[in-house]
Amino acid sequence: MSTWREELEEATLEPARTTTRNYYLVIGVLLAVIAWALYAYFVQLRDGLVVTGMSDRISWGLYITMFVFFIGISHAGTLISAILRVANATWRTPVTRMAEFITAVALMTGALFVIVDLGRPDRFLHVLIYGRWQSPIVWDVTAVTIYLTASLLYLYLPMIPDLAFFRDRLKGQVAGWKSSLYRILAINWKGTDGQKQQLHSSISIMMILIIPIAVSVHTVVSWIFAMTLREAWNSAIFGFFFVAGAIFSGIASLIIMMALLRRVYRLENFLTLQHFRYLGFLMAAMAGVMLYANISEYVTAGFKFEEGSEFIFRQLFVAEFAPYFWFYLIGGLIFPIVLMSIRRMRSIGGIVTAAVFVAVAMWVERYFIVVTGLRAPLLPYEPANYAPTWVEWSITAGGFAFFALLVTLFVKIFPIMAVYEIVEEREGQETSHRAYEAEIASSGSLTQ
Amino acid sequence: MLALMPLAAARASMTRHNRREFKTWLFADGVRSVDRRTALRLFGVAAVFGGVTQVVPRTLRTALAQTPTAQTNELPLRARTRQWTMIIDLRSCDGCQSIGLPPQCTTACIEGHFTPDPMQWIEVFEHELPGDGTRFIPTPCQQCQNPPCVNVCPVAATFSTPEGPVLIDQDRCIGCRICMAACPYDRRFFNWGDPPVPPEALLADYDLELQVPARKGTVMKCDFCPDMVRSGTLPYCIQGCPHSAIYYGDLEEDYATNGRELVSISRFLANNDGFRLKEELGTQPRVFYIPGHGEEVGRDPTNTGFLPIRWPWTRLAEGSARWDR
Repeated sequence: MSTWREELEEATLEPARTTTRNYYLVIGVLLAVIAWALYAYFVQLRDGLVVTGMSDRISWGLYITMFVFFIGISHAGTLISAILRVANATWRTPVTRMAEFITAVALMTGALFVIVDLGRPDRFLHVLIYGRWQSPIVWDVTAVTIYLTASLLYLYLPMIPDLAFFRDRLKGQVAGWKSSLYRILAINWKGTDGQKQQLHSSISIMMILIIPIAVSVHTVVSWIFAMTLREAWNSAIFGFFFVAGAIFSGIASLIIMMALLRRVYRLENFLTLQHFRYLGFLMAAMAGVMLYANISEYVTAGFKFEEGSEFIFRQLFVAEFAPYFWFYLIGGLIFPIVLMSIRRMRSIGGIVTAAVFVAVAMWVERYFIVVTGLRAPLLPYEPANYAPTWVEWSITAGGFAFFALLVTLFVKIFPIMAVYEIVEEREGQETSHRAYEAEIASSGSLTQ
Repeated sequence: MLALMPLAAARASMTRHNRREFKTWLFADGVRSVDRRTALRLFGVAAVFGGVTQVVPRTLRTALAQTPTAQTNELPLRARTRQWTMIIDLRSCDGCQSIGLPPQCTTACIEGHFTPDPMQWIEVFEHELPGDGTRFIPTPCQQCQNPPCVNVCPVAATFSTPEGPVLIDQDRCIGCRICMAACPYDRRFFNWGDPPVPPEALLADYDLELQVPARKGTVMKCDFCPDMVRSGTLPYCIQGCPHSAIYYGDLEEDYATNGRELVSISRFLANNDGFRLKEELGTQPRVFYIPGHGEEVGRDPTNTGFLPIRWPWTRLAEGSARWDR
């Protein structure tokens, strides 16, 4: 067995085997934030949504922002492991698992915020009992549920060989429940040819299936807004715009998470500068797509300047929301492109900086899309204002903590990298390389 | 189902040898392998499961269903269906400037419906006129016949009735507020906190035509007072209007009244250039307006503003909350 393979296996086994004090510290801090958020939610349940900053005229706020944002970053997994798999981009293998973690965990967090936003969470089941297919909310519930099922499956399928590897290598070294978990989840994987063939065809089917599912999810999320008679949201480009934004913010959060895990679990040999560069280029390309979508959106509306457009443009470009809007446009879209086009800035630090800007800017964008759309007055009255309260900020912080907690636990229990796929791909490359060399040699001998 | 698809497809593409191996892999030691009978049994279970997913929601729906309101059941056979409609004559509306009180339609509505503060189911807006001055437009729920709010509701808590008004079932509403985002007239209000309920409403059974007692975490709005007109009374806003500017009637019979005179709706609208708010949206409102700025009651259009609305009844309700921001 080659040394790189041992090294890879050790790096993957390490988080599951050893637990540091810092780990408990992180878990403790996250749990404390979540506990505080739960208290805030208790207050909200007791007193009603009156404890939030929302009002009749701006009736959605931070919660819907969080919903859109988290469903958005869940597109990281789909892009990296499905689209790039279809495109046969082999460099992706060490990052696929992390991307798929993000997908599953972000979806759970996002779905939670829909329930947090409800005035009557006790009646959530009404959506199943009385649901009507004509409603965008029901499209959302359906799409997110399907996507969650599909992405959990898509996370699980390629993990089977790695779980078997954990089952074999960690026997007796970890707690009993973990051993049983690996044994059950590895469903008797032995790595025979038949099993490999089945696994490959299952993964192939899932990777094709999951792409239209992912696209549909963020499209119907945007339709919650685009299906209303509000001028700021009345746009055919909204579905595309939201999907592009979702992939964009997904790449950014993947880069941030990769950098964190690389540092914490010392994965420098596997997550190399090259991976960050490729993802950075992808992110810059998506920034270009987003710029294009923004130009399409604002030029078509701004050129005609129908009645009501003035208010929307004013609050976005020069008045109340101008700082958010320009930060998003310059810091979130132009800055990453500029950063990625300077050779000297294409270091891991530079790329992570760009990713942080993109993630924050995309969160801000979701926020101002929700609030500015509702703020534009529909009849002659003074526009309302929205300022989130401590309850909303607490629950929002709790949402981020919940996301981080799930990622931390996942990484601790499950294989952090797709060992099986990396090995298979690397060996495949070596085999083909040898075959190629042999071919060169033989053809060379023929011509001589 | 989705979960099984890849495995099933993978199976189909396998050789016989692989298939045997697949069985041993899936149903390892101690788990019996699948023979024909087991497969049939599994199919049976799947069929029952499919049936259950169909039957359970239906049963739940029947079990939880509201008893239908009396209105539809008591209509005599082949009776005409009323088509309730409202006409607001802006020539007679001065925002109650002449009597020195807050707009009386809103006040009467608040008193009659125990509307929580700061809800104004019928709200008077001051539109600027071209040139100089303003006009007042009392705006109740427009009772659209193509209602955007009904179209987006995920649970059919808000619905169109055969007589035209759009109602809300506050026992079904989940409080997602997409209807509030969808309404282009901003005529929907949310019970953000514990709504104040006066002692006389506390003991009442909930009725979706009255929206009393109000429910926390649900949406409310003008209901066009279908209960009142059925009993032969005009809605509160019309009773409250000092200048008889609001007419209520039946499009089917083509007559409307403001309590003083009777008009033919079609002639009245045609003769006086009737219009509807945001006609271009295609929402088909049931509320019509006659253009004007209060000239019938002697208002000067440059005389702007009206007195603020008050919710005097909320003092009656113990621990009443307000969420005006």
